[in-house]
Amino acid sequence: MWPQLVLSGIAIGSMYGLVALGFHITYAVSNTMNFFQGVSVMLGAVLCYVFNITLGWPAAIAVTLTLILSIGFGLVVERFAVRPFAQNGSNSWLLTTIALGIIVENLVMVTFGKEVRAYPSPLAETPIRIWGFGLFPIELLIPIAGLAIALAIRLVWTQTLLGKAMQAVCENHDTARTMGIPVEQTIALSYAVSTVLAGISGMLIAPVANVSATMGTLLGLKAFAAAIIGGLGNPWGVVVAGIVYGIVESLAAGLFGGSYREILGFAVVIIVLALRPNGLFGRAQVKKV
Amino acid sequence: MASSKQKWIGIRRRDLLRGAAGLGAVMLAPNLKGCASPESATDTTAAPPDEVSEAASGEPVKIGLVAAITGASALSGEAITRGLTVAIDEVNNNGGVLGGRPLELVIRDDESTPARGVSAARELIERENVAIVFGGIDSPVSLAMLPVFHELQVPYMGVWAAATGITRNENDPNFAFRVSANDNIVDRFLMKHISENYDIKNVGLVLINNPWGESNEKGFNEWAPEYSLEIVGTEKFNDSDTDLSAQLTRLREADAGALLLVSNAAPGAQVMKSLDRLAWDVPVISHWGISGGRFSELAGPAADKVVFVQTYSFYGEQGPVGERVLAALDEKYSLSSPSEILAPVGTANAYDALHLTALALDTAGVTDGPQLREAFYDLPTYEGLIKTYNQPFTPDNHDALNENDYILVRWEGEEIVPVEA
Repeated sequence: MWPQLVLSGIAIGSMYGLVALGFHITYAVSNTMNFFQGVSVMLGAVLCYVFNITLGWPAAIAVTLTLILSIGFGLVVERFAVRPFAQNGSNSWLLTTIALGIIVENLVMVTFGKEVRAYPSPLAETPIRIWGFGLFPIELLIPIAGLAIALAIRLVWTQTLLGKAMQAVCENHDTARTMGIPVEQTIALSYAVSTVLAGISGMLIAPVANVSATMGTLLGLKAFAAAIIGGLGNPWGVVVAGIVYGIVESLAAGLFGGSYREILGFAVVIIVLALRPNGLFGRAQVKKV
Repeated sequence: MASSKQKWIGIRRRDLLRGAAGLGAVMLAPNLKGCASPESATDTTAAPPDEVSEAASGEPVKIGLVAAITGASALSGEAITRGLTVAIDEVNNNGGVLGGRPLELVIRDDESTPARGVSAARELIERENVAIVFGGIDSPVSLAMLPVFHELQVPYMGVWAAATGITRNENDPNFAFRVSANDNIVDRFLMKHISENYDIKNVGLVLINNPWGESNEKGFNEWAPEYSLEIVGTEKFNDSDTDLSAQLTRLREADAGALLLVSNAAPGAQVMKSLDRLAWDVPVISHWGISGGRFSELAGPAADKVVFVQTYSFYGEQGPVGERVLAALDEKYSLSSPSEILAPVGTANAYDALHLTALALDTAGVTDGPQLREAFYDLPTYEGLIKTYNQPFTPDNHDALNENDYILVRWEGEEIVPVEA
């Protein structure tokens, strides 16, 4: 039972990790956060379902289209819900990204409907059996994909010119601008990356968690929790925290029953923050005055 | 220092204004959805006006419905609406009630949320002046609405939600009636089925973590000894749970020979998928909540393994009422075969309950709540779809259906078919 719980926790936890990575990226580059993330997860799943299942287009086209649209969502969110406020030094982006998310979620309810639909996938039909417990292949693919993407982002961040430009923007907007780095575009790009990550996790979990207009809300919140306990500024920290959060939840539900999943999960968040205010892997930010 | 303080205050004021604007948008959002969706929250007239004028005229008698019109159990609301509409058409074409007044259906969406149900029930009674309120699939919603009916003295008619406490409540006088299953009776019925058809002694309970689950937990524990069954484990889960392997593993280790499932469609499907994960081939006997959504789609092939309870099946040979209802459903909703009638219990229960209500209105002679309530005890015999109702309600029994009226069914693909006894 333990390995089953842990593996199933890793699967969902790596999704928290991916979405948390999105929170980290925009925070690192622009000091703002994209609370549209949960809705982006839902949009990824719903759009892919509509293209692939409702319209019957091939999976490759459906996935590509969904990814392109996810990029678009990130750019729109940044341009209209974040930039006008962040540029003035206001924190209103907090509310505007949430408000935009709620509007889109309700629009999806009106257009896609409020019903829970199944996403049929060959990867979620026959479970693989290992030592007496079973997992659907997609549940193995999810953490592998999650870690691979996290690794890829790390490589881009440290090894490419683009990554270095982002790091520079991270350090200081004005200096970066003097160096000829297009700061606005870099920030917009970070938002696009965050919504793409959310879109990918939406598509990955759809066969397991089904597709519905409300599927992203709680996931987005848990991913944010993971980002906070991981330490917002540390990319590996948030991914690891996401996975750990998934395992804690899964163990809580498995050992004490489903009623305890959320109780224990969020209790752990509070305890971690009480003991380590900057998160498990975060460092205190020193502001020089 | 001073300047930074000033800036702080400045930002706060601006934030506040923007916050208010954002909050406005947030609060607007649900309303927006309500306006745009043609099904939810807007009045639905049961019959086209020209049909009504031929038979019944005069001021309409309004019948309220508070049910899940959207959400994971949306099919249940649609099924109930169909049953009510077909029956209302029949009543109106036969001269209506109270000497020629047509019935008019007014629908509100509870979104499976108790709070929304409560405000919808109150609004229907106080603003729309409905004579009676019909309820939907969700027991928690119906249980939450009970105090409203008691306070405003208007009868409630349950056509799906089965919690024991809905009809067997503490209120005196009791305004809650039901043409549907009653958990306590269903629990006994399911246990009896297990003891007669399976050679097992141990059962495990798999229950949704809400008042409906609790209602059945009580019922199963009450009836298990009578059928010499031992409940070896009780596991609960939430609507959003995706992997229930751990809970099910505990039941397997406790040597459960069959599982009793109480759940709505989406989480019920996750139970079946988790059984697949464990490769545990165990009989699953279920209450009927799973038939209120797309269970067969969500659970895939595993759906066929579940045996569950219903009050009526449109399959097989139909009586004259069955033929009539099928014809009406075909004409009005283009449902040409029983397989297209999704969530059939909702339709069947609602159909009979509406006719009983029309008879009660005629018996009472008025739409006044307390008098209508009394009239339910004094109904003439009614040959309905599910059965012939002979004094279906008494002061001691507000459930028109009992274990003699239940049947067991299972899925065959998308169709719900009776289990051969």
